[in-house]
Amino acid sequence: MSNPAKQSESYEDEHVHAVYEQIASHFSSTRYKPWPIIERFLKALPDYSVGLDIGCGNGKYLAVNPKVFIVGSDRSSNLVRIASRHQPHAVAVADILDLPHALHAFDFAISIAVVHHLSTPERRIEAVRSILETLRFEDGRALVYVWALEQEGSRRGWTEDDEQDVMVPWVMKGSKKGRSSAANGECDGKPAEDQTFHRYYHLYHKGELEGDIEAAGGTVVEAGYEKDNWWVIAKRAKAA
Amino acid sequence: MKVLTLNFLTCARKTCKQNPAAFPLHPKEAELEQIETDINPLFIQNMLPRLDWEAMKTVTNELGLPNLPLETPTAEALVDESSGEPSQTLKDLHSLLMETSVASGKLVCANCGHEYAVKEGIANFLLPSHMV
Repeated sequence: MSNPAKQSESYEDEHVHAVYEQIASHFSSTRYKPWPIIERFLKALPDYSVGLDIGCGNGKYLAVNPKVFIVGSDRSSNLVRIASRHQPHAVAVADILDLPHALHAFDFAISIAVVHHLSTPERRIEAVRSILETLRFEDGRALVYVWALEQEGSRRGWTEDDEQDVMVPWVMKGSKKGRSSAANGECDGKPAEDQTFHRYYHLYHKGELEGDIEAAGGTVVEAGYEKDNWWVIAKRAKAA
Repeated sequence: MKVLTLNFLTCARKTCKQNPAAFPLHPKEAELEQIETDINPLFIQNMLPRLDWEAMKTVTNELGLPNLPLETPTAEALVDESSGEPSQTLKDLHSLLMETSVASGKLVCANCGHEYAVKEGIANFLLPSHMV
């Protein structure tokens, strides 16, 4: 292991970034309903707040509140292309660890189902720090949302005793008519087979996200559990 | 990517962000397009105080666009006094900030010289691994 950071980076390239790039259009077609906590957060913002959606995916949260301005970013250019439809907002292709935004400048940030894709504790804390750094002190707020390890009720059925670092399959069903191969939307007319892609996730246990927020220089304002996910609303702990 | 967006972007490199030269990014070889959208007076009125006006002027100037007012226009300047309708100033700002878009080209950091590509209206800030 000559350079562990570079190694984690290329691991995420293969097991997160490349997968989203390939499943982008299918993934997007299944992601349209905003989750309640996130909708509540966005709708409670003062009118014409300016903020970020870090790891915006297909941009489904850009449409929730038309009276705020959001710059969305995602690692997947295929997803960003889909997200670019949502006027008056803006989007760009960017990495959570190297965001193209001024520090301490934004009223809010959301990062939904993103931080759990980083593959080491250090990188997850770095990702949270990167989110928090964009916020104004001290009124800026970030909503961070990650997959929970404790999800007995879901079809995956994980419990607190399970392994936290997992590969989660994404299945694209083939059809008899022949279907698009999701990456480019082309249809070859031949019967297609199911395709399975695996994405890397770190499943958060209770209290772990709060720990990451504090380690990254943040203060937890509110926290909770919603439908298989842990969430935290946080602010920066110090002015600089 | 509409011109307004350039006011919320900076160089993605950690070593640049603290440096004033990393903002705004400078458009280079930019191809512009005009994408019509409905005018939203309240949106523009509320965004104006949030903009770094000097940066906005620099960028529009570098893109060869019509000059912006010297100072951030006031809320009063956005409404036609007699009719209560959007003023010419507001219509011009809408056209310039919301409709004029960079379709392709580059965005250059004046601090490190790195060029970020814009393709099909979307800027790409992923850094090559040796720069991370």
